[in-house]
Parts: sequence; structure tokens; C-alpha cells
Amino acid sequence: MTVTAPPATRSAAGGPDLTRASLAGRRRFTNHLATAAIWGALLLAVIPLALVAYTVLSKGAGVMSLSFLTEDIPNSYRREGGGMAPAIVGTLVITGAAALMAIPLGVFGAVYLNEYGKQKPLARLIRLMADVMTGVPSIVMGLFVYISWVLLVGEQTGFAGALALACLMLPVVIRSSEEMLRLVPDELRQASMALGARKWKTTLTVVLPAAISGITSGSLLAVARAAGETAPIIIVTGIVFSPNWNLFEGSNTALPAQIFRNASTSFPAAQDRAWGAALTLIVIVLGFTVIARFISSRFAIKER
Amino acid sequence: MANDTDLTIRPSVAVHAAGITTSGVDTATASVMQLRDVSVYYGSYEAVRGTTMPIQQNQVTAMIGPSGCGKSTVLRALNRMNDPIPGARVSGEVSFHGQDLYARDVDPIQVRRRIGMVFQKPNPFPKSIYDNVAYGLRINGIKGRLDDHVEEALTQAALWDEVKDKLRKSALALSGGQQQRLCIARTIAVKPEVILMDEPCSALDPIATAKIEDLMFELTNDYTIVIVTHNMQQAARVSHYTAFFTAEVDEKQVRHGRLVEYSQTGKLFTNPADKRTEDYITGRFG
Repeated sequence: MTVTAPPATRSAAGGPDLTRASLAGRRRFTNHLATAAIWGALLLAVIPLALVAYTVLSKGAGVMSLSFLTEDIPNSYRREGGGMAPAIVGTLVITGAAALMAIPLGVFGAVYLNEYGKQKPLARLIRLMADVMTGVPSIVMGLFVYISWVLLVGEQTGFAGALALACLMLPVVIRSSEEMLRLVPDELRQASMALGARKWKTTLTVVLPAAISGITSGSLLAVARAAGETAPIIIVTGIVFSPNWNLFEGSNTALPAQIFRNASTSFPAAQDRAWGAALTLIVIVLGFTVIARFISSRFAIKER
Repeated sequence: MANDTDLTIRPSVAVHAAGITTSGVDTATASVMQLRDVSVYYGSYEAVRGTTMPIQQNQVTAMIGPSGCGKSTVLRALNRMNDPIPGARVSGEVSFHGQDLYARDVDPIQVRRRIGMVFQKPNPFPKSIYDNVAYGLRINGIKGRLDDHVEEALTQAALWDEVKDKLRKSALALSGGQQQRLCIARTIAVKPEVILMDEPCSALDPIATAKIEDLMFELTNDYTIVIVTHNMQQAARVSHYTAFFTAEVDEKQVRHGRLVEYSQTGKLFTNPADKRTEDYITGRFG
């Protein structure tokens, strides 16, 4: 099959016609269509995002105050006022502990997979299991921690919640970090090797710094996801109404669990608290992101 | 092509190379490395078969030949860079000061500290210029004034004047030719005896190439250089000895790289002993 293009037109001046009008109508039409589709897709993606941000901000701002952030949760949903301090404390310590467990383990796992295991049977098995683990619903992970830890120690604790969140984060951290390590050009490993560096030294001083900003992004995504988990928190950490900083003793709570509990009542005061908790959670996750970006930018590769 | 081999482009090097030819005498007879019947395998595939040649001390040895003739493979066998490739294996003997590099108790790390390598594509670390040069010093535990070592290496690599005011800037901001000289500085900072260069100029423009070639000539005062190049004029300009490799199909229709001829550069380019060498350098093949 031969495609015949229309002969290039010439402008009045005799030179080649370079104006857009000289293009075939179909090409111009396709171009406009593609541009419109791309803008449309962008708008479609931004609208829900903007609506969520607007709704949470407008409804949550009403209850937001210093006392909301520092006061205990009322024992009765019906009661007005009160705050979310216990849930904020719970979210910070539980998510923080989960990140401390899952991120180092996940990054080491990724280093093994990409630098040492490669296509060995063990590495392939780990990769497969990580992929399967990514798909495990969070409530299942909550139940798993409940029977394997909570029943063992006989108490719902913040640490149990951290364990469940760590299990949810781990596969995400492993797989995203491995992808980032894979992007590090092999030439850098070879250059380091040719200078007489051992493999662990190369990994530590060349490969990881080159991948650090991507690893941070991936880990952050995992932290943000874990901070919003509700089901495992409700199952394994129980509930408290005053702040509990101790991970290993006594029940705890977290913002998503409080959003769920308060929003599912019919009392306006509780619903307001749920909106306030939602806003707080979003701000906390945003805060994590900013801090992590700042840290990774200090390590990151300087292009100039 | 042999007659076109321009020895006059850059007189300093050309005169030097010509000097070897006319004298016809081996001035530096000490060989620092020796290959004896070296074959390199990737799995069951024999990529290069039966290579025997010396590497003369403080001389530039060039390896030339068409693509796929195994010259890079042989080069990488000289400092065990093929080790991490699954299934890669070397038979025969690669000796360095009489020691077999592939002996059981030889640590490849120790080998690479003494036999450095510069790669085809400039591959500076995504770190500052200073840290790039200091990297090898640090990992090898070289103590003393790091600053002095870094300056010395950059000066030897003819890069100091261009970068002395921006040592803390990223190495990635340098031009390709500067990056390659930085890679050379990084290699010589750890003071190896032999520097292997795998087509070090193929990604560079002619001016940057000329700088690197001048540099190679300077470096032979302290180092032994082995260079793989696609560019015959370059081999003629910079090297004292040349090894010509080609790929041949054996009785089972499998391609192997073979060393065809090894001799002083002047002789190889003006009076090759082998018909295949002559065909290649005159442009009838490859």
C-alpha cells in the first residue's frame, strides 16, 4: 500500500508555504482533537481532587482550633466540643513506628533483589510474594496481626497497629525502591568496581545515593497510604479517649478510625469532629511529604 | 587506508610513534602483563579464542578490529571486569608481574586497584568533581592530604585549570570531554600501574579527542595504557604496539574473536605480516 501525500504547496512569494493553514485539514483536526482530549483529561483528574480539598477544608476549618488539636475525645459522640489529640498522637506514633520498621527493611530488601538476588529463584519468589502482599486487603492484614500478635500478648496496642501498617507498607517500599535502584545506570557500578570498590561499598556510596530521591518518594507514598488506613487500626488498636504515647501498653486510636467512628453517627457534633480529623490527617500527610522532600533534596544528585 | 593514516595531524605524538618505527628496536622490553592462550567464554559460547600477547610497560598498546571481534572482551579480562557477568569465564593465563590474575586466591578487588579502567561513555558519579576524584582514594583508605591527591590527579589529567574554581560543583555539569578526563583523573588518583581504556573517545568530538590523546602520551611516563579503539588513525597516532583482532567463523559456523597480529604500531600499519591485517587497514574489509 502506498500513501500519497499531497504535494507541498507554495506560497505566493515562491518559497515553501510554512503556515499552519497549508497542512491537510485532517491533520489539523487530529491535532486539535488530541489537544482538547489532553486538556479534558487533565480537568477530569483535577476536578475531584479540588472538590475533595475544598470540601474537607470548608467543613473541617469550622472546628479547627488549638483546643481541637489538644483536647481529649469526648466519651459520648453526642457531646459538643472536645478534640482529636489522642487520635493525632496515635497516628503519629503508630505510623512513625510502622515507617521505622517497614522502610529500612523494605530498602534492604530492594537492595538484595536488585543488587544481589537479581534473577535467582529466591529473589523471584520474594518479588512474587511482595506483589501478592501488595494486593492483600488491609482488613485481612488487620485480622492477621490480630490473631498472630494481639491474641498472643492479650492486649490491643498501638504497636499492633504499627505492625499491621508495616506489613501493608513493606511490599510497596520494596517494589518502588527496587524500581528506583534499577534506574541507576550500570556504568556507575562498573566505574566504582573498576576503582577497586567492593560491592557493598559501591551499593552504599554510589547506588543508594543515586536512587535516594526516588526511594524517598516511594516510601512516602507508602507512609501516606498507611496513615490513612482505618480497618486494621480499628481491629488491633482498640480505642482511647485520652492520648496514649505508649506503643506497647494500652489501647490506642488514630485519625482514620476516629473519622470512621464519628462520621457514622447521626450527631452533628461528631460529624464536625470527623471533618476536623480529616483535615488534620491531610495536613499531617502533607507535612510528612514536605519534610521528606527536604531531606531527600539534601542527599539528591545536584545536576548543576 | 594505510596510506591515508595521517601521522602528521598531531606532530608530538606522530613523531614519537614514527620514532618507534624507524628505530625498530624495543626500547622498553619489560612486559608488565602477559596473555597466554587466553580464551573468554560467555556460558558455552567462546567469544575470544586463544589470545597470546604481552603488554609492554609504560607503552600504549592499542587493540583494533571490526565490531564483535572481542577486543573489548579481552580488555575487560585484563582486570576481571567480566567477573560479574553470569557465565563469563576465562581460560589460559593472564599474568601481571608473573602472577596469574585468575588464580584461585587472587582477589579481583586487589587486581582492579592496580589495573584501572576508563569506559566508552564518560561515567562520572553523580557527585561533585572533588568527590569523584576522592572516591577511589577514600575507598582504598588512602590517608594524608586528600586535597593534594585530588589536585595532583586532576593536574595529571589536564583538567585542573578548567575545574579548580568549581570543585564542589556537580561533575554532571561538565562537558563530555571534561567528564572523560575527570574519569581518567579518578582512575589515576588511586595510582594504578595499568590503565585500560575502552574506546575512550568514541563519544567525544575531535577537539576533546585530541586532548585525551595528548594526555595518553603524557601518562605513559607513569602508567601503562591499553586502549581499545575503532579508529585506526587513533591507534596509529597514540600507540606503540597494536594488536589486530578479527572475528572468524569456525567449522561449526560459530563466530569467535581471534588475535590476528600483534606488533609495533609502525610495522603493523606500514608492513603488516598478515593478509587479513592488510585488508583491514587498507579498508578492504570491516
